[in-house]
Amino acid sequence: MKAKSKGLAGKTRKAKKKISKPAAKVAKFDKKVKTCSQPQTVSIMLNEEKVCCKPGEYIFDVALKNGIEIPHFCYHERLERTAHCRLCVVEVEMNGRTRIMTSCSTKVAEGMIVRTHTPKILDARRLNLELLLANHDLNCPQCPKNLRCKLQAYASDFMIESLKDEVRIKGKRRTVPVDNSSVSIRRDDNRCILCGRCVKMCNDVQTVYAISQNKRGFDTIVTPALGHNMAESACVNCGQCVIVCPTGALTEKSDVQQVIDALNKPEKMLIAQTAPSIRAALGECFGMPVGTEVTGKMVAALRKLGFEKVFDTNLGADICIIEEATEFVKRLNENRNLPMITTCCPAWIKFGEQFFFDELRHMSSCRSPQAIMASLVKTYYAQKIGKDPKDIVLVDIMPCTAKKYEIMRPEFKGEADFVLTTIELGRLIKEMNIDFVNLQDSDFDHPLGESTGAGAIFGHTGGVMEAAVRTAADWLEGKKLKKFEYKKAIGGMDTKKEFSVTIKGKTVKICVVHTLGEARKLMEEIKAGKSPYHFIEIMACYGGCIGGGGQPTPCTKEVLQKRAAALNSVDSKKKIRKSHENPSALKIYKEYLGEFGSEQAHRLLHTTYTRKSYK
Amino acid sequence: MPDINNVIAKYSSASDLIPALQEIQEAFGYLSEENMEALSHKIKVPLAQISGVATFYSMFRLKPLGKHNIAICRGTACHVHDSETLLKSAEKKLNIKAGEITSDGMISLTSVNCIGACAKAPAIMVDGKVYGNLDDKKLTKIIEDLRKQG
Repeated sequence: MKAKSKGLAGKTRKAKKKISKPAAKVAKFDKKVKTCSQPQTVSIMLNEEKVCCKPGEYIFDVALKNGIEIPHFCYHERLERTAHCRLCVVEVEMNGRTRIMTSCSTKVAEGMIVRTHTPKILDARRLNLELLLANHDLNCPQCPKNLRCKLQAYASDFMIESLKDEVRIKGKRRTVPVDNSSVSIRRDDNRCILCGRCVKMCNDVQTVYAISQNKRGFDTIVTPALGHNMAESACVNCGQCVIVCPTGALTEKSDVQQVIDALNKPEKMLIAQTAPSIRAALGECFGMPVGTEVTGKMVAALRKLGFEKVFDTNLGADICIIEEATEFVKRLNENRNLPMITTCCPAWIKFGEQFFFDELRHMSSCRSPQAIMASLVKTYYAQKIGKDPKDIVLVDIMPCTAKKYEIMRPEFKGEADFVLTTIELGRLIKEMNIDFVNLQDSDFDHPLGESTGAGAIFGHTGGVMEAAVRTAADWLEGKKLKKFEYKKAIGGMDTKKEFSVTIKGKTVKICVVHTLGEARKLMEEIKAGKSPYHFIEIMACYGGCIGGGGQPTPCTKEVLQKRAAALNSVDSKKKIRKSHENPSALKIYKEYLGEFGSEQAHRLLHTTYTRKSYK
Repeated sequence: MPDINNVIAKYSSASDLIPALQEIQEAFGYLSEENMEALSHKIKVPLAQISGVATFYSMFRLKPLGKHNIAICRGTACHVHDSETLLKSAEKKLNIKAGEITSDGMISLTSVNCIGACAKAPAIMVDGKVYGNLDDKKLTKIIEDLRKQG
């Protein structure tokens, strides 16, 4: 008792000192603030330092800005703050009272003293972590998130292993079967810590409502409705739950072993195609700085893995634009089925088929770049080299868990064989002991490896639209336009971006959205007949494919902006930056497809959509 | 059987979820998936969210009750009088778990929070009638009587 009161008295004395010390400097401090044109500010003490913040800011965000990332599970920059993991606790002293508060949900106030790492806090945080670990499946080497898991990382940071001899909490373990029903996402509730991020992401951001927390107390479980599995649920396979899951509860369904098996079948010809956004993110799997563009190393690594040919999905993107722009110009001239919506994103397609099946006529009939490439590899290319398509194994390297679903669609049967996500490719390269960082650059193979700058930007939000407008504007004007960059208007990270271009005296209204929540709002508008737009791009994931469900984490806004910048630099370095000028694409049309939008092109490059039911 | 559309006719918004579920349960004895789906379309609340609510509250049943229902009180007073043993014993006698129904559809067993008969703890409720100061012997008799009644 004595020791305790002494400790408290010591603390208050210390605190008083801290208040009085900076008080003398206040005038100087304020002056500095005024020059940054922030008349209204709140000053707090953060770990003995005076910090200036905006009123209404949360302690967590202020600390992050000042270089302190407070440990957390449930907090996520794009999700509602629920403050239930209790890991982000800090000591807050206000009006002489010291309390432990969750930093993610406590707003700053004038004169607040915040300490983020006092012994009391370390102990509280460690206890909370121990409670989470008490009923967690601790068989880490057999977990798909091993070494990428936040729970594991914190257990290491907090030196939980030092508690081995005195395990304070022994919990009951949950033992439920793993849900392997989905082709894209593996759900293992035995590794769930109930942080609730996946549910918030699925319900609030994506508005898919595939999963929710069911039951209560210890029995609480994150699951699709009424015990149904993921495959039966409304899940659109976007994988946004996967990239926010801090543990191994939600992961991509791995196809790495199947690809290794295929690579070891000498009678098969192995071909890889790589999506636009992989080159901007793959380096992160090997500790390279965020935003490093690794096209050459990626191609070299795929060759080392044993792929005979490495093709570029960017070419598929260029052909996609040629077909889509043809379709758009036709619809615009006929004023039919407008607005037209892009269909490169398989998660968005399933979303539309489930929730807006009466509006499917607005969707472009054009396939995604992946499906276009797959179709061309198994027809055009197979014929060209005189091979039976059955002897070709095509592996798609995609940023996306929904692509695993897309290749299983009956419309695309027999085309692409496997999809590996960026994460899976990274793991395969590591397993094969390829020294990725020091690889010599290599180039894509012909004839399906040449692409334009327009194809490169498909990987980020606004990219498909920009590429499409570059081509459509040239065609409608009937000349080569010199001004063709629209990134300022549609390249940013706002989830809804609109702009209009005047082409041949006609105003074309364009809208670009990412996240399915925004898509839902837009579709409700279309359903009500109130949509003012002519052309719409929809991507399911925040930031577009660079933030896809199969990408390395974290996918914060800052990380995504760097990945987008990497793709933009690929674009600006290219000599040819308009899809319809791609020599390889034009050659394929000449040799095989005929006219743009021809019957043959429709057979191989277009598709149909049908209503999908769900539980 | 009542028509689900009539039962939920007066409900229209998400805030009606709990009263609507209560009314469905009253009309049908339990919440079937089809009825919850119908409600989902009517009040525009996704099925996953309805599922979250229906499984959270112990008052909601996702399976039909038997011809007779035995509700074992697991409130504080009954717990102190070892209602846990009583529940386990009932589970053993009926060969079902709490929340389940015997294969002949005759008897269902539920565990409820407090039936307000604390003075008679441990207490159970059979088809709405309270039986108090129970022990294993009395419970056996009650079950036997129910079986005889058919």
